Amino acid sequence: MKYTNFQIFWLVALRVTIGWHFLYEGLVKLTNPNWSSVGFLLDSEGFLSEFYKGMAANPDLLQWIDWINIWGLIAIGAGLILGIFCRVAISAGVLLLAMYYLSHPPFVGLVYAMPTEGSYLIVNKVLIEMIAIIVLLVFPTSKFIGLDRLIFSRK
Amino acid sequence: MSEEKNKNINRRDVLKGLATLPVAGAFAYSWYQKQKLSRMLKNALNAEVNLDEEQLAFSTEPTNKIIIRIGIIGTGGRGRHLLMAAGFVHPETIDDWKYWANENKTDKRYEEYMQQEDLNLVVTGVCDIYESNAEKGLKASANSYRNGIDGKMGNTPTRYNNYKELLEADNIDAVIIATPDHWHGTITIAAAKAGKHVYCEKPMTWTVEETYDVVNAVKDNNIVFQLGHQNRQTESHFKAKQAYEKGLLGKVNLIEVTTNRNSPGGAWQYHIPENATPNNIDWKQFIGPAPWHDFSLERFFRWRCWWDYSTGLSGDLFTHEFDAMNQILNLGIAESATSSGGIYYYKDGRTVPDVLQMTFEYPSRDMSLLYSASLASNKKRGKVIMGHDAYMEVGGNLKLYADPGSTKYKEKIKEGIIDPKLPLYSFTPGMKQVDAITSPTEQYFAGRGLLYTYRGGKRVDTSHLHIKEWVDCIRTEKQPSCNVDQGFEEAMTAHMGTMSYHENRKVFWDADKQQIV
Repeated sequence: MKYTNFQIFWLVALRVTIGWHFLYEGLVKLTNPNWSSVGFLLDSEGFLSEFYKGMAANPDLLQWIDWINIWGLIAIGAGLILGIFCRVAISAGVLLLAMYYLSHPPFVGLVYAMPTEGSYLIVNKVLIEMIAIIVLLVFPTSKFIGLDRLIFSRK
Repeated sequence: MSEEKNKNINRRDVLKGLATLPVAGAFAYSWYQKQKLSRMLKNALNAEVNLDEEQLAFSTEPTNKIIIRIGIIGTGGRGRHLLMAAGFVHPETIDDWKYWANENKTDKRYEEYMQQEDLNLVVTGVCDIYESNAEKGLKASANSYRNGIDGKMGNTPTRYNNYKELLEADNIDAVIIATPDHWHGTITIAAAKAGKHVYCEKPMTWTVEETYDVVNAVKDNNIVFQLGHQNRQTESHFKAKQAYEKGLLGKVNLIEVTTNRNSPGGAWQYHIPENATPNNIDWKQFIGPAPWHDFSLERFFRWRCWWDYSTGLSGDLFTHEFDAMNQILNLGIAESATSSGGIYYYKDGRTVPDVLQMTFEYPSRDMSLLYSASLASNKKRGKVIMGHDAYMEVGGNLKLYADPGSTKYKEKIKEGIIDPKLPLYSFTPGMKQVDAITSPTEQYFAGRGLLYTYRGGKRVDTSHLHIKEWVDCIRTEKQPSCNVDQGFEEAMTAHMGTMSYHENRKVFWDADKQQIV
């Protein structure tokens, strides 16, 4: 794939800002000893809510989910910012965001206890962020700007 | 790109490969700045609040091995809960819990019960005047090994038809009293005179007069008396007491406590079993000190609805709130009381009000205690202690907010270190736990710190801890936290509220004569 410098710049800017968001979300959870995904999971509504509430109900599984969320967010964030193993990081990011979106889909008729900062109908910022990183998967940049350039250029 | 270029990493590759590294640097720097600021704020707050490091004042000593022989009088719903808290559960209930634990992973009743400390008790006597309750009490009491119906049972205790016979038994050291309110005082006095230690459900008494007799009987006979206000064991209440004593609230001038329920069970319209008849209920003994009334299933099973056996909202639910406040602020008996209310929703023949407001004044401490209750609205209102500098909401957890008009925190609010919109201090034990409790009445009690608390991060039944404290005090000849002096304050304050309601006037406490006037 060949990009103009202008295209590369904005694609990398998108990658780095999304990475920043992931990394910060992960670190905030890591440094808060009281954080747990339990409240978020229990607040789930929609056609998959039973699945999410079931996760919250199993303490062993819950510990795993907390761990995966914290370290997943941190690793994805670092991957996007530094452009390292970007394909894997973005794929994992899409998966996490899809899980977040489906746990709290802003569908007609669903109401949540957790506060949101805007007004949404079907499309919310989680969905937009997810589509944005899918765009990054389709237009990869880490082999131009990022550590992947160094890793994958060595045969 | 050509093959050759791919094999060698040149300077251009390194630069482009590391091009976003400054972003990582900027992130690290911003993170450091943010952490520094929040550490600074936290330290500044801790200098002001400093509650986290302090140890809580409850004992965590395991119970010693001296066996105490228990008799229980009254094995209805509450009595059987106390048996459970003491370590005795009906085998069918154990099987039920096991079943539900299998069905639903959040159902921890079985697991938590099996983890409950063994208090080295044996139940040797059971008394209930309703056949079915007595049988359930006997089955539970015999289950000293915590088994299901197929498991090994311990000795079945003796069944007594009359509490007086139970109190005469030599093989009973201590009694748990969980009868309707109108029997609390009479049985406590008789038990004390028989030399039995007493754990009595709240309220301590049904009439003003017997309150003095209970105090005298307990003190003269040197027994260990614990009144059933299990809130004394709630972790957040210990924290609240520390916060108050440290002066974090400034001058406290108003305390607001409330009751809100909205279900038939919450309003004491309990289920009446179909098999209950005058043949399996000792109606005459039920009436006891109350005025005579012909046999009535409603009165027997829903006794809380009639003054003849009940102490109404004041004795039944306000006492929980009062005792929590007495525990935290050392209130003592109110100096005056006024109350009003009525039977506004449950027009089912009851005589006790379902909506009640009571105001208690403490002029010598410059504060009022306000109680407001409705049994027909679930609007959630907490227990709030209001001071000039901060207010505190207490329940199963604790939240303390600085007041925007505070003098004490004025500078820190100005500097942005304290934000009155955010809690200055909050305490949530067991935060990561999932709560599987469902019934509205249970939620009511849990939210008010009456159902369970936490010790070392583990959820424990407060009633269990309260009974543990009682039996440990019997063994070590100490006074428990809700002894007869606390009980006297609880009973008199509640009676003042009720008296004001009945007589439609303000009533006063004469501290010299120790009388309500």
